[in-house]
Amino acid sequence: MKRDIILAGVGGQGILTIATIIGYAAVERGLSLKQAEVHGMSQRGGDVQSHLRISDAPIYSDLIPEGRADLILGIEPMETLRYTTYLAPDGWLITNRKPFVNITDYPDYETVWKEIEDLPRSILVDGEKLAREVATARSMNMVILGAGSPFLDIPAEDLEGAITAIFSRKGDAVVEQNIAAFRSGRAFAEESNLATE
Amino acid sequence: MKRMLLLGDEAIAQGALDAGLSGVYAYPGTPSTEITEYIQKVKEARERGVHSDWSANEKTAMEAALGMSYAGKRAMVCMKHVGLNVAADGFVNAGITGANGGLLVLVADDPSMHSSQNEQDSRYYGKFALVPMIEPSNQQETYEAAGHAFALSEKYATPVLVRITTRLAHSRAGVELSDPRAENDLRLPADKRQFVLLPSIARKNYQSLLGKQVAFEEEAENSPFNKYIDAEDRSLGIIACGIGYNYLMENFPEGCPHPVLKLSQYPVPRNHVKRMLDECERVLILEEGAPFVEEQIRGLMDATYNILGRLDGTVPRAGELNPNIVAKSLGREIALTEDKSEIVRPRPPELCPGCPHIDSYNALNQALMELEPGRVFSDIGCYTRGALEPFNAINSCVDMGASITMAKGAADAGLFPAVAVIGDSTFTHSGMTGLLDAIIEDSPITVMIVDNETTGMTGGQTSSARGKLEDICKGLGVPEDHIRVVEPLKKYHDENVAMIKEELYHKGVSVIIERRECIQTAKIARKLAKEVKS
Repeated sequence: MKRDIILAGVGGQGILTIATIIGYAAVERGLSLKQAEVHGMSQRGGDVQSHLRISDAPIYSDLIPEGRADLILGIEPMETLRYTTYLAPDGWLITNRKPFVNITDYPDYETVWKEIEDLPRSILVDGEKLAREVATARSMNMVILGAGSPFLDIPAEDLEGAITAIFSRKGDAVVEQNIAAFRSGRAFAEESNLATE
Repeated sequence: MKRMLLLGDEAIAQGALDAGLSGVYAYPGTPSTEITEYIQKVKEARERGVHSDWSANEKTAMEAALGMSYAGKRAMVCMKHVGLNVAADGFVNAGITGANGGLLVLVADDPSMHSSQNEQDSRYYGKFALVPMIEPSNQQETYEAAGHAFALSEKYATPVLVRITTRLAHSRAGVELSDPRAENDLRLPADKRQFVLLPSIARKNYQSLLGKQVAFEEEAENSPFNKYIDAEDRSLGIIACGIGYNYLMENFPEGCPHPVLKLSQYPVPRNHVKRMLDECERVLILEEGAPFVEEQIRGLMDATYNILGRLDGTVPRAGELNPNIVAKSLGREIALTEDKSEIVRPRPPELCPGCPHIDSYNALNQALMELEPGRVFSDIGCYTRGALEPFNAINSCVDMGASITMAKGAADAGLFPAVAVIGDSTFTHSGMTGLLDAIIEDSPITVMIVDNETTGMTGGQTSSARGKLEDICKGLGVPEDHIRVVEPLKKYHDENVAMIKEELYHKGVSVIIERRECIQTAKIARKLAKEVKS
């Protein structure tokens, strides 16, 4: 198997937590992994992205080639559109619906959503709403991870194991909230996916 | 065997630790910062007493590492590419003194300038200083490069440069660790004049360094990091340097049909290169950075062989490589499915909400309002973002410390008032000497030190300036009544504007220290305090 995933968002939104969890689960399964991160000047309020590659064969490049990403997973809708050229012919774009506006010329929301919905394979998730229903808004990135999880070729229980391992330091309540958020995102994606197929 | 998931930066750090490192010296700089941070965090390094405190700048770091090597121990100095400009005096002369204990100079280049002012290629510095270089292609090789570099350094009593670039520095992959080696014992150089670069000794040392060049090239010919991989289709041969090799193989997951020279140790091994040039019709050179190998192979006249690379446009002249650029250079362009979105807007990094620099710039802008714009020289740090909307507050950002000296030069030309805006850490890195120049000539400049009590842009490392700024300024000779300390807060805006105006029109050196802690480090400190309480 091979999965090339672009994670997209705005500095501070928590894409690296998503990358860490997928990475942890992949390594536990004995898969090869490469994960290119953005550090330094781009972090604060700027666009951030991470290239996450997992495979059962050796991985050469740290960067995913444009045109070859299996999944773009985003916490911010416009930020996912920044990477559409990376999508492989059967690639999916899955993103949180809510715009993060810290620039004066942010495009019209409806236009952003429409452009995403017009892609052949995409899912818009109201991550904040789903997170609030089962946990707190802070677990939004776990909803997004959940929504992306059916496309990762890693069993859900492995990803939940990774969430448990990574949040365990913060106590059982935090672990449970994050797992609930993950499940809610996963259920949403599975329903939407069935609806489009 | 122990396996870890490591960033390239962490791999070199772990590799150095396992190879008996006794001290790392560095000034923070993207993409090299995480090397020293890793060593600071590792329990084993603390228990062993491996030195890992930050240095004031790359030059002091380079020299301290040389001192540790003099004493026989293994030392590493880390910096970003432009940091090597600062450290160059020590670095090039360390080539002449040579090393005693292993001396590893790690430079992290930033092609495409993700967080830098230029994309200079440090391999030119290695060649300039005539020292061996290693340019690992992946995290595993980066880990192994440390031990290899130390061994090479001690075998030939020479510093060794290890060059990585942003994508390797900041990408994580699995790394298998080797058995750790003990640190060296203290052992002074056998020749007590080895490090005395008086001309007569320097000439002798230089001859000895020149004499080692043949051996350095032989080491590269036989290096475990360099490989000649022959293949059937010799219509093309490919020299793939550093991580260029990964992008090449990404395009040939089943194996490359053309001969490949994987090149990760320098000087350029001529026998390997000659074989490829003789056996292949054309040779494509893939380099992450400048056409360093390409220029050497083409030479000035560029006539004998059919060479493709950055100089003839097969590969773009500027910017980092990626799998698509390499695919295109091979004539195997990857088809894209989706177009680029037309509606996406740039989202540049910004000053954090509540950042003290916001209040400093608002006050400075108002104080300068009645004057023609264009008189504020600035420097390298978070505050460089003051050049952008909505502030448009600064007119230069060149190199560490240049704000003060450029303001002085402009004042010498007759610009009044002339202002310098510099951060606390940048000031102790390279601002102090420029301030001394201004004081000696009593230049009419106003220096605003935006003191957020940390090295902010690289993630909040300890600033050498902390708690020392007033004393440094006094000691350099700034008159006490022109050292003003203010707190950049909205509620003090009017009085801060009035004070800045007073100093702007003072016909001599003034220093205004705008002191308020970085809100990011303040947040972390609050969190830690809370955790300790609970």
